[in-house]
Amino acid sequence: MKQIRNLFIILTLSLVMSGGVMADSVGPELKINRANGDKCVLPADEMRKDHMTHLDHQRDDTMHDGIRTKKFSLKECINCHANKDEAGQYIPVNAPGEFCQTCHAYTSVKLDCFECHATKPRDTAFHPIVTDKMKAFADVHEAPKTKSMLDAIAKKDGAK
Amino acid sequence: MNEQKIDQYRRDFFSKATATAATGAIAPGVMLMQVGQAQARPLDEAVSDKQRWGLLVDSNKCADGCSDCVKACESENAWGSGSSDEQKSDASQKAQWIRTVTLKNKLTGSEHQLPMMCQHCEEPPCVDVCPTGASFKRADGIVLVDKHICIGCRYCMMACPYKARSFIHENLHDQAPDVPRGKGTVESCTLCVHKIDRGDGTTACAEACTHKAILFGDLKDPNSEIAIEMKKHATTQIRADLNLNTGVRYRGI
Repeated sequence: MKQIRNLFIILTLSLVMSGGVMADSVGPELKINRANGDKCVLPADEMRKDHMTHLDHQRDDTMHDGIRTKKFSLKECINCHANKDEAGQYIPVNAPGEFCQTCHAYTSVKLDCFECHATKPRDTAFHPIVTDKMKAFADVHEAPKTKSMLDAIAKKDGAK
Repeated sequence: MNEQKIDQYRRDFFSKATATAATGAIAPGVMLMQVGQAQARPLDEAVSDKQRWGLLVDSNKCADGCSDCVKACESENAWGSGSSDEQKSDASQKAQWIRTVTLKNKLTGSEHQLPMMCQHCEEPPCVDVCPTGASFKRADGIVLVDKHICIGCRYCMMACPYKARSFIHENLHDQAPDVPRGKGTVESCTLCVHKIDRGDGTTACAEACTHKAILFGDLKDPNSEIAIEMKKHATTQIRADLNLNTGVRYRGI
């Protein structure tokens, strides 16, 4: 009886202590591309817990009101968290061992986003024909300048 | 609330002040930049009904056999030839956001072609029949499908008089980051909503049309090119008898 009681105390204590353990040591090891910066839009433990709340909220704002702020945009998540293989090609974020899939496999939570959403960044989100107006807009708003987009602009300028 | 009003007032004041300053003094290149800026809505501001986006298609200018607009749409929105998906679907099942239609006058034998896509109705029948609220019209007049809510019942496809919508029959993997598409949902022309929100001020089809047959613009702005053209020339709505007040208008049919 005493043994069982001791075991219970130990279990309780370990539960209490595990609550105080740093979030970083919880869960599987993630492949994180630090080249794009060392910080997520929120601290990691908050993102772990609340990423879907933010994404859901943003999704409705974007879909219905055209609000396309970058902070909680799924597209920006992918831009940062998609890794490249040895050949320099992007690996889908929902592939086994990749950023999204690792935790979702660990927690047995189905990942539905990527039945519709792109799983890797596209070289350029801009139409190949970059007009002056688009270029001006990109300069003002610091839109992502991908290599092919810059090439297109250079080609256009060279042609003149 | 009050603070917001003051902020709005300040914003208006400053935007007018900079616009005036720019128009007066600076070189044409820089002025162009200012125009681009004025058109771009701040990223965190909701769309409003101050604008209504639309297209004017001049079927006299639309060249027979040309399908540049369709190809541009495919590559921009990653469907059809712009994507490696939908290999198992047959032609009647594959997505089709825009197509070219040839009209023939049986009496005179004259033929001409025009592009056909979602007409972005003011009173969209697809929105009326949608049982979940997935099919909706944005404040600026763009008719869209919220695929998070769409259950794939395809009532909207039956209701659309323009046959503008498609249903996705198979798993997709090759979507564009700005254009989510997926199995079990209905989709159609979005009027390149991601481009509009980015402030490009055009759609892929209008941009690609070398014959200048497609004109994109704000139907509510009397100074916009599209509004001026529509004031000058007689334009037609397809199936005007349905009183849908379409956002896509045609000339020469």
